[in-house]
Amino acid sequence: MRPGELIGSDRGARAAQPGDLRQAWAVLEQVMDPEVPVVSVVDLGIVRDLDWQAGHLHVVVTPTYSGCPATEVIEDDIRQALEQAGFAAPKLERKLTPAWTTDWITDSGRERLRAYGIAPPEGSSSKRSLLGESPLVCCPQCGSAHTELLSQFGSTACKALYRCCDCREPFDYFKCI
Amino acid sequence: MNNDLIQYLLRLGDSALIQGQRLCEWCGHAPALEEELALMNVGLDLVGQARNWLEYAAELINDGRDADHLAFRRDERSYRNLLLVEQPNGDFAVTMTKQFLYDAWHFQVLHGLSQSSDERIAGIAAKGLKEVTYHLRRSSEWIERLGDGTEESHQRMLAAIPQVWRFTVELVNSDEVEQRLHQAGIIGNPAEVAVAWQSKVADIFASATLPVPAPASHFYLSGRQGLHSEHLGLLLAEMQYLPRAYPDATW
Ligand SMILES: [Zn+2]
Repeated sequence: MRPGELIGSDRGARAAQPGDLRQAWAVLEQVMDPEVPVVSVVDLGIVRDLDWQAGHLHVVVTPTYSGCPATEVIEDDIRQALEQAGFAAPKLERKLTPAWTTDWITDSGRERLRAYGIAPPEGSSSKRSLLGESPLVCCPQCGSAHTELLSQFGSTACKALYRCCDCREPFDYFKCI
Repeated sequence: MNNDLIQYLLRLGDSALIQGQRLCEWCGHAPALEEELALMNVGLDLVGQARNWLEYAAELINDGRDADHLAFRRDERSYRNLLLVEQPNGDFAVTMTKQFLYDAWHFQVLHGLSQSSDERIAGIAAKGLKEVTYHLRRSSEWIERLGDGTEESHQRMLAAIPQVWRFTVELVNSDEVEQRLHQAGIIGNPAEVAVAWQSKVADIFASATLPVPAPASHFYLSGRQGLHSEHLGLLLAEMQYLPRAYPDATW
């Protein structure tokens, strides 16, 4: 299986042992991000690929940010969850290319972020949205589009800090990258 | 070529690491909570990028040392970071001036590296470039806000720029190592980096109502050669204390 084939809904369908791979994906869908414990590593697009290599499950992981302190924790959590589910000694590979982008966060992941109180990334990570004016960010509490940027960096590198001008709640925005 | 590449990877990694370490000194001291979070997050990005570069350097050096060893067991004379990033933080104006001058250069360098013929370099750079795009946007906004802000903030900026400007000579002048790597297609054109850096600095300083000093032309030390100002040794003493005092410590 090649990277990219997994982004669609047919995850694992073309693999040699489809049943096992599908089970592995199901296990990983239960592994939550340590800093946002409502979205899984699959929803975030951190797990890029799964296949079998020499009798072991091979997991390709792409970290969100170069300095993300959760990277090691996430890898440990993935390994532990897979081993508990009967996948002996899974091999994890850290892959930087192509670089992780918020475009890889699934629709259900975006919905869970919003329900958790974090505004999901708006629009695509084109260079324009990285460099351009601030996107329209809606308040995850009341839905108002009347919000203002407080700081480019929120509680972690992947988030910016906003405030809702209507309900007055401050909130994190998962920024486009 | 391998030696050139190792030297260059150390320059990239060491600069990101030292800049990140300086930012971490603001932990607990920043003017506002939001600002502190931002400074720490930028620092974290840079330390992460430093790890990526130093891991690659360690593999090429191939003498058993890993990235941690390179970061925590090398002496000052073996460090290859820019003189600019080792300078003390000073007040917030000095910190943001250093950050902006570095970000504007870093952005251009990573942009060139993201098209490197070396795939590993291109991958690390493409990832870093996304992060540094935010760093540059933020530090540019701060320079404008401070320069075109109150009388006090404007005066602080006027005082900050001359304190660090002379160290920018390394941002606009390349050496033979960089020339050779550029000819080999591994790094972007250093001359183009210099021009783009100068134009970004001129733009932002203009909208910040700050004068651009004459280009820095010469300085008697060179971070690229391991000749540092007196500040790096003190920084390393603090940064390296624990791994040197307790070499096998884990936590
Ligand atoms: Zn609201």
